[in-house]
Amino acid sequence: MIRIEHIGMTYDKGRVVALQDVNLEVNKGEIFGLIGPDGAGKTTLFRILTTLLLPEKGQAWVNNYDVVKDYKAIRNSVGYMPGKFSLYQDLTIEENLNFFATVFGTTIAENYDLIKDIYVQIEPFKNRRAGKLSGGMKQKLALCCALIHKPDVLFLDEPTTGVDVVSRKEFWDMLKSLRKEGITILVSTPYMDEATLCDRIALIQKGSILSVDTPEGIVHSFSGQLYAVHGQGTYHLLQATRGYEGVASCFAFGDALHATFKPGAQGPALQAYLQSKGHSDARVDPIKPGIEDCFIQLLNQ
Amino acid sequence: MRTLFFLLEKEFRQLLRNRQLIRILFIAPMIQLILLPLAADYSVKNVNIAVLDQDHSPTSTKMIEKIKSSGRFRLTGYADTYKQALAMVEQDKADLVLQIPLHFERDMTRENVGKLYIAINAIEGTKANLGGAYLSSILNDFNEDIVTESGPINPSPNAPQITVVSSNWYNPHLNYNLYMVPAILVTLLTSIASMQSAFNIVQEKEKGTIEQINVTPIRKYIFILGKLIPFLVLGLLLFSMGLVIARAFYGIIPLGSLWVLYGSATVFLFSMLGLGLLLATYSATQQQAMSLAFFFINIFNLLSGVFTAVDSMPNWAKTLVETFPTSHFIKIMRSVVLKGSDFHDTAYHLGAMALIGLVLNTWAVLNYRKTA
Repeated sequence: MIRIEHIGMTYDKGRVVALQDVNLEVNKGEIFGLIGPDGAGKTTLFRILTTLLLPEKGQAWVNNYDVVKDYKAIRNSVGYMPGKFSLYQDLTIEENLNFFATVFGTTIAENYDLIKDIYVQIEPFKNRRAGKLSGGMKQKLALCCALIHKPDVLFLDEPTTGVDVVSRKEFWDMLKSLRKEGITILVSTPYMDEATLCDRIALIQKGSILSVDTPEGIVHSFSGQLYAVHGQGTYHLLQATRGYEGVASCFAFGDALHATFKPGAQGPALQAYLQSKGHSDARVDPIKPGIEDCFIQLLNQ
Repeated sequence: MRTLFFLLEKEFRQLLRNRQLIRILFIAPMIQLILLPLAADYSVKNVNIAVLDQDHSPTSTKMIEKIKSSGRFRLTGYADTYKQALAMVEQDKADLVLQIPLHFERDMTRENVGKLYIAINAIEGTKANLGGAYLSSILNDFNEDIVTESGPINPSPNAPQITVVSSNWYNPHLNYNLYMVPAILVTLLTSIASMQSAFNIVQEKEKGTIEQINVTPIRKYIFILGKLIPFLVLGLLLFSMGLVIARAFYGIIPLGSLWVLYGSATVFLFSMLGLGLLLATYSATQQQAMSLAFFFINIFNLLSGVFTAVDSMPNWAKTLVETFPTSHFIKIMRSVVLKGSDFHDTAYHLGAMALIGLVLNTWAVLNYRKTA
């Protein structure tokens, strides 16, 4: 559904590399996640795929249309929800939706089925101006507007940034129901926990794709055993753990430390070492890695 | 075309919802149009004059009376010495000093020659120039009076004399309002048309809404038209308001037809809005657009012959001014309002404005890239 081949892009006359030889393939009807920190190049890739930016190198196809040559066809068949809320704040919910429907030559009634589940949640406020809506409602309206012309592909650029946990969960539920309609969804997010909700993900960093796989596949590809280190005084504990020569990597992770070992070293030995260093409550347990652990490992390779 | 209709519906809805902007757009020009012509008047009145009369003769007294009664001058004082008179200039009490030397009357009657000395404070150029010119013409008149009065005694030389009698066509009383109000209305339209259209598009850039528009199948020129038409309507409304004010406050009733006025105004707005749209394509923020727009508006309004005649400018400036829609529209306005010119008379200026508008708008459409 989306095919990206050797896409490269720079800003400031080549001084800033935004994308570097990016290759990706997104299948029809899947939710594909683009996971990476701020500044990784996610938005640039979205803007190229939605025909807002011309790539410097490489080629890309959306729905079998070339992003450069067939931009008109793409604009008719994709929905785009930019990271920044970009609907008309001085128009009401209904006016915004109506406007985007008519611009695509359709009506709200025609594709109401597609947006119904989302629209009913904001319908009580349909006469309220978009600028006066809460973050979650804005996001739902933006999704409705991106869907109103029944696109084949939906591009969602950081749709959940700045949205509360409950709304985020609701939002992902909505995406799952859209997938049932056969819509291909490319979604970017800086939140690793959302990665597991995608069918497949690509980890992106500094303009390059590090890995593409299913979330399980990425987790399986983690090399070595991961250990969690618990104990009082995270900072000193981190210093002490990093000081142990058998440790390959160690990062703070919430209230724990995640560590991997060089070949030969073992968890119990580290625990004994830490306790000897005065961290009497230190505990080292083997754990299953998450997406973020994989991401950090890939970054360090 | 259907898309254009929906775009226009959206634009008007947004425009009408922005009450504060509408208020400013109508009230500010209204105040300016009512107040500015009252002040922007070249006829110099109240020139302060100090008189240093060293002659104290009936002739000098008569001369001073004549100056006083002209209505242009205000006698601020008599000085006894030249130093004193100059001090009055230094203190800004007098703009002019008229010195009538000792034996002025005697020299006039005996030798037929009288010398006067005028000192002008040239800090305020226009006032000094015109004040000096007025005074000279009054003195000339006075001179003729003396020649006539004393004619039989001192027959004037039989040299041929040229007398020039001028009459002011189209504006017999040189009423400045007739001349200034239409031009000021044009300058107001110049700024509003170019700035508002530029701001409107740049605002869409700043808020990001243009991204959302760009991923829709809306064509470039449709989008630009969608921005142009609402402001064209707004501009014509302002223009109408201006004509009403000109009539109500200054009693100016255009001699020419309203069709010519509105036709020209439409072409003019088309070109100025084109400038605004073009500036918008070069600006990322409203601040940038404002700075760019100011640059052009200032030049347009100052060089287009509102205050200073274009004909007296250097050649390069004249050529430059030919590319200003403002200059063409001011010429049209003045000739239609004062002279009653028709489409045929204004064809050159109309054509020039249309051409400029076409170039600017095409440029704007080409430069507004959806992909960048």
